[in-house]
Amino acid sequence: MTASATPLIELQNVHKWHGDLHVLRGIDLTVSRGEALAIIGPSGSGKSTLIRLVNRLEAISEGEIIIDGVPTARFAGRELRELRSEIGFVFQQFNLYGHLTALDNVSLALRKVRGVPRAKAEARARDLLDRVGLADKAGHFPSQLSGGQQQRVAIARALATDPKIVLFDEPTSALDPEMIGEVLAVIRELPKAGITILVVTHEMAFAREVADRVAFIDGGTILELETPEKFFSAPSHPRTRRFLQQVLSPLSAAEAS
Amino acid sequence: MPDFSVITQNLPYLLWGRALEGQPGGLLLTLIMSLEAGVLALVVGVLLALAAWLSGGWTRRILFAWADFIRGIPLIFVIFWLYFLLPSLFGVNLPDTITVVLAIAWFTSAAVMYSTLAGLEALPKGQVEAGLSAGFSRTKVLVNILLPQALPNVLPSLVGVFISLIKDTSLAFIVNVPELTTVAGQVNNRTQIYPTEIFLFTGAVYFLLCGALSLTVHLAGGRRARPA
Repeated sequence: MTASATPLIELQNVHKWHGDLHVLRGIDLTVSRGEALAIIGPSGSGKSTLIRLVNRLEAISEGEIIIDGVPTARFAGRELRELRSEIGFVFQQFNLYGHLTALDNVSLALRKVRGVPRAKAEARARDLLDRVGLADKAGHFPSQLSGGQQQRVAIARALATDPKIVLFDEPTSALDPEMIGEVLAVIRELPKAGITILVVTHEMAFAREVADRVAFIDGGTILELETPEKFFSAPSHPRTRRFLQQVLSPLSAAEAS
Repeated sequence: MPDFSVITQNLPYLLWGRALEGQPGGLLLTLIMSLEAGVLALVVGVLLALAAWLSGGWTRRILFAWADFIRGIPLIFVIFWLYFLLPSLFGVNLPDTITVVLAIAWFTSAAVMYSTLAGLEALPKGQVEAGLSAGFSRTKVLVNILLPQALPNVLPSLVGVFISLIKDTSLAFIVNVPELTTVAGQVNNRTQIYPTEIFLFTGAVYFLLCGALSLTVHLAGGRRARPA
């Protein structure tokens, strides 16, 4: 872990309500520059909501999120758009723009948000496609790509504006098993390049091998925040132990209950 | 036996009216009116759909109320209203042809708005989220990401709307604008004994016109189609 004096992301007592539903109940979390944080937890635990608050795809009900020393919870309009363009986001369902080629998917925001000239934006997009191993697919439309290829284009798209932070919302959950590896291999390269990543995932092996720390969320609260070694070998909270048993050996967990 | 010589004798008048004297009529006027009203309805309808997508609350409700109002009355009333109300209320005296074009465009823009909005809202929510998280404003998401995907999807329904529009121009005969139906009626009044031939011919012309539009779009769409 590259430790730095000031944390890059700091969540302070963050709450989220969906109507009467209290999705996140006072989250405090600090993420360092270049850190890889895996966020795991049962479905409905609030883990996706947590990262969607960081780039404000959902509004914060209460609390503060400080990014690079700047409080962002009240950002709106242009400030919010600039914040978002400095944070990459990768979705479970890829969400590539269906009418655009891989190249245009990657270069669109550069051209239309940052105002980069087409030739320069496309050169950058080709570099990024090359980085995710898809240089030869630049002219393909999303419908002509496999799930794993689409997700790698989506990662290249998230990297286009040179973000310091990339958020991943279950990036491999919609993929066929044989394609998960190619996507995880791309993700694990990002922290090496100094990019801070927050990854909501069900891939325990990935959390164990790539993450600097693992956060376990249940019922809208972070129950455990540990290095992978401690987290997987000696989880302290009983609910963490039960969850790990359920995901690591689902059949025996089902028979035991 | 039908005698179609009445058609051949009156063909120039049915096809372009008194265009040589500077007053286009017949089929030519039908085409001109369809094109004018079609372009106007498309532009206004798409803009209304974009406004409805971007706005919430009262603005959106007013837009829908407007579209429902116009959709809920027969086109012939819209034509009458504009024809009689514009001059008496506002003192505006537009040429009859323009009045009818405006009425048809106004009427059709509501259908264009509904189709376009349905196409926008049918796109996966993830498309909007992907755009927003890349730093696009909602307007830019709409223009750069949603509209280019929605318009090809709603093309078949827009073609239906424009086929209706072409046929609707025939209602101009009630205010005596000399488009195809009106001049066919004039020829019929003049010759008296050939209504079958005249109105078979007129019907066939409308059919060919609408069929040609449908076929053109179908062929153009086939060329552009990407593997889905």
